[in-house]
Amino acid sequence: MQAVRRALHSGTREGVFHYVTLLAALGLVALAVSIFLVVTLQSAPAWRAFGLSFLTTSIWDPMANQFGAVPALLGTVITAVLALAVATPLSIGTAVFLSEIVPQNWRRPLSFVVELLAAVPSVVYGLWGLFVLAPWLRTGLGQLLADSLGFLPIFAGPSLGIGVLTASLVLAIMVLPTITAISGEVMRGVPTELREAMFALGATRWEVVTKVILPSSKSGIAGALLLGLGRAIGEAIAVTMVIGNANLIPASLLAPAQTMASLIVNEFPEAFDLHLSALLLLATLLFIITLIINLIAAWFFYRPSQDVAATAKGSVWAKLLRKGS
Amino acid sequence: MTNRRKRKALGLLFEALCVLAASIAIVVLALILYYVFRRGIGVVGFVFLTSLPAPVGVAGGGIGNALIGSLLMVGLGALIAVPVCIAAAVFLDQNPASKLSAFVRFATRVLSGVPSMVIGLFVFGQLVLRTGNYSALAGGIALSIVMAPVITLSAEEMLRLVPSSQREASMALGASKQQTVFRLVLPGAAGGLIVGVMLAVALAAGQTAPVLLTALTSRFWLESLQQPTASLPVLIYHYATSPFADWQAHAWGAALVLVTAILVLNVTAQLSLGLSNRRR
Repeated sequence: MQAVRRALHSGTREGVFHYVTLLAALGLVALAVSIFLVVTLQSAPAWRAFGLSFLTTSIWDPMANQFGAVPALLGTVITAVLALAVATPLSIGTAVFLSEIVPQNWRRPLSFVVELLAAVPSVVYGLWGLFVLAPWLRTGLGQLLADSLGFLPIFAGPSLGIGVLTASLVLAIMVLPTITAISGEVMRGVPTELREAMFALGATRWEVVTKVILPSSKSGIAGALLLGLGRAIGEAIAVTMVIGNANLIPASLLAPAQTMASLIVNEFPEAFDLHLSALLLLATLLFIITLIINLIAAWFFYRPSQDVAATAKGSVWAKLLRKGS
Repeated sequence: MTNRRKRKALGLLFEALCVLAASIAIVVLALILYYVFRRGIGVVGFVFLTSLPAPVGVAGGGIGNALIGSLLMVGLGALIAVPVCIAAAVFLDQNPASKLSAFVRFATRVLSGVPSMVIGLFVFGQLVLRTGNYSALAGGIALSIVMAPVITLSAEEMLRLVPSSQREASMALGASKQQTVFRLVLPGAAGGLIVGVMLAVALAAGQTAPVLLTALTSRFWLESLQQPTASLPVLIYHYATSPFADWQAHAWGAALVLVTAILVLNVTAQLSLGLSNRRR
C-alpha cells in the first residue's frame, strides 16, 4: 500500500523504476520456487509408481523399469560422512593455526591461498583424484588396508584405487578450503581483548583456544561443517570420476559404488519417461536434503545468541556466498 | 610446578597438531596445483589452444572449440544474470527492511545452496527435452542460474557500502530515487559490482554438471546457439574418463588453462577488493 502511494506520489518514471527492480527481485524468488516445483512435479510419476519402496529397495534396473535408490542413498551418505570425518579435524586445525598461531604478516597470504583453493573447479579435483590419488591409494593405503585389515568386511576386496575411500578423500579435500575459510573467519571474530585477558592470566594457547575461542565460535563452526556436508552431498562430477559407478550397496570402502549425483550424471543422456522421472526423484531428494542442511547452517549463523562472534557471522555468510560454495 | 609443566607440554602438543593439520592441508592443496601445472604445461601451446580436437591416435589437436564454447556460454550466462541480479540488488538496497526483501534474500540463499547438478537437470527438463536438442543457449541459461545468487548477494553488499549521508545529500538536492541510484549509488559501487561479477564468472567457468546436462559437447567449431557445444570442464571430464593416453594428457592441458583463468579472475577480484578497502 505504502509502495503504491509512494509510486503515485513521485511520478510515473519513479514508479516504473521501482517496479522494474521489484520484478527482478521477484524473478529470483520465482526461479527458486519453479526449480523446486518443476523438478518435484516431473518426479511425480516415479513417486506414484514406487512410493516409499524407492527409498527401501536396492534394485536399479532401467531395462525392467524398476528403481530402488538404496545403493545411491547409502553411497551418498557414506562418502559425505567419511569426507567430513576426514576434513573436520584437518580444517579446524588449519583454521586455528591460521587465526591463532601463525604470525600476523603470514596470516593474510596463507588464508588467501586456502580461500583461493575453494575456487578450483570440481572437475579438476576429480582429474587429480583419478590420475594421482587413485594410483597412490591402489598401491599404497588401499593395498595396505586390504592386506592387513582385509578380514574386516569394510576393507574387503581387492584394492582397485577407485571406490568409496577415494571418493571420500577427494570430497574431503574439496570441502576443506570452505570449512577452513568460514571457521577461521568466525574465530577471528572473537575479540582480541578476550585472548589478551586469558594470556595475561597465564593461560597457554591450548587453553585460550579450548576455553574461549572454540566455545564462542562453536555455532559458526557447526554452520561451516554443515555447509561442507551440503557441498559433499551435492557434488557430482568429482565423485563420478573416482567412485567407480557401480550401482551396488557399498559393502567395503575399497569397492566401487554410486552416489545420487553420480547416478544422475551417468544415466541422464539415455533416460526417458519413468527412468528420467526416477532420476528427477533423486534430484528432488538431493534438493530437499541440501536445503534442510543449508537451513540448519543458516540458523547456526543467524540465531540470536550470546556468542561474542555473532556479529562476524553476517559477513561470513556474505563472503561465503560470494565464493559460491 | 609439575602441573605447570604439564599444561605447557599439552599446549605445545596442541600447537604441533594444529601446525601438522595446516601443513597437511596446504601440502595436499599445493600438490593438486603442482600436478595440474606439471602435467599440463607440456601440452599447452598455440596449436593446442586454437585447433579442434583430433581423433584418437592422431597427433596434435586441441581445445579451441571448447575454449570458445566456454567463453560464449559463460558470457551468455553473465549477459542474462547481470542486469536482472543487479536490478534485484537495487531493490534489496532500496527496501532493506521490508518483509518482501527478507523473503527475496531467503530465496536467493536457497538458490545458492541448490546443487549445480539439480540446476542442470532443471534446464535439461525444461529446455533440452522440449526443444529436442542440447544447445549453447541452454548451457548459458543454466550458468546464469548458477551465477544469479552470487551476483545478487555480493551486489547488495556492495551497494550498501555507499554511505546513506551521500544518498541523503543527493535527495536533498532534489534528485529522485531513480536519479540517486543511477548517478550516485551504482557508479559509487561499480568497482565492487564488477568484483562480484568476476567471482560469479569464475564460478560458472568451472561448472561441469550444469553444462554437461544442457550443452553436452561437440567436436566441431561452434556454428549456432542451437547446437550442442563443447566447453572446457566437460572436455576435461570426458577426456579424463576416456581410456586414451593422448586424450588424458589433453585433459591436464585443458585443466591448466581452466585453473589459470579461474585463479587469475579470483586473484584480481580479491586484490582489487583489498585495494578499494584500503582506499576507504
